[in-house]
Amino acid sequence: MAIESGRGERGPEPVEGRWQDALYDFLRQKGVSIFAYVPDAGHKILIERSLADPGAHSVPLTTEEEGVALLAGADLGGARGVLLMQSSGVGNCVNMLSLVKAGRFPFLALVSMRGDFGEGNPWQFPMGQAVEPVLQAMGVLTLRVDRPEEVIATVGAASTMVFQSGEAVAVLLTQKLIGAKPF
Amino acid sequence: MALPEFVLDRREAVPALIGRSEDYLIVSGLAGTSKDMAALTGDGANLFAMAGAMGGAAMIGLGLALARPERRVLVVTGDGELLMNLGALATIAVMNPPNLRILCVDNGHYGETGYQKSHTSLGADLERAAAGCGIARTRTVTQASEIPDGARLLREGNGTAFVLLRVKPTDPPAHKRTLDPSSCRNRFRGALQGG
Repeated sequence: MAIESGRGERGPEPVEGRWQDALYDFLRQKGVSIFAYVPDAGHKILIERSLADPGAHSVPLTTEEEGVALLAGADLGGARGVLLMQSSGVGNCVNMLSLVKAGRFPFLALVSMRGDFGEGNPWQFPMGQAVEPVLQAMGVLTLRVDRPEEVIATVGAASTMVFQSGEAVAVLLTQKLIGAKPF
Repeated sequence: MALPEFVLDRREAVPALIGRSEDYLIVSGLAGTSKDMAALTGDGANLFAMAGAMGGAAMIGLGLALARPERRVLVVTGDGELLMNLGALATIAVMNPPNLRILCVDNGHYGETGYQKSHTSLGADLERAAAGCGIARTRTVTQASEIPDGARLLREGNGTAFVLLRVKPTDPPAHKRTLDPSSCRNRFRGALQGG
């Protein structure tokens, strides 16, 4: 009982009107059953929802490149997944994206941005600013989302591009959307 | 603790450990193990053989095992390929899919690039790494008398298993294989959905 008592505020239960909950439900409706991630504050709600979902696999990674390979394996078996990562994790994926490009694997990633609009930590800028050129160099298309009301439409566009057309797409959740860390 | 010697020949030990390859969906790592598996399966449709994206084999196997819980999934990879992404063992242990098996063919060398020594010739023990990451069922096979036990661990039981096979640094069998990963993907998916 004591363990459960603290869950009301930040537990996995959906909250009416929260875009992250609508996004989780939308991904599940699109047949996504594997959620792979290196923990990040920007993906906290999606991670918690996936952990609480008996119909989904919630896969914690030690480095983001594991997720690229994991999703390719899931596709070989006919399952759909999404990789949740922070912008710094994009750099950890680069060579593994060879698998996606050369194998023409569908690939969907949601990237929570750092090192951009309003960033207060100088360590975040090099990779944050390199996210789009690095992804594009490896054949991953990028779509940016700045406003909560654009999230579902943008991820919907991405999921069509990925799961119907077989493309690799990263949706960048910008700091205008998720807020900048001021430290 | 002294590491075991490298005495077995991969051309004999790998087929003996795996047995009927058609019972598995197989992901193989770079170079040596992809040649081992192409020879064993006749470059079969149940094989996704890598020739790049080093460090990805075990995680491709995990994704496949999660997607296809009703099938046995076997990852066959080398010491160098596994060393490039050791964290994958920790991730696999967390998920612990009952249908996943990992066979690491450890020759202690990077065979494809001129047989430079790998870390497993210099002190690293990948079975202990797998066990330390939390994979409960592990074995090291170093001589012929240990092969039946290793084969049982791969074939039987209900939990992710890891077998480290120590072999001499000699060449794998030569066999023609599909190098285009897109063709390999389509063939693999087609066979799986058809069967």
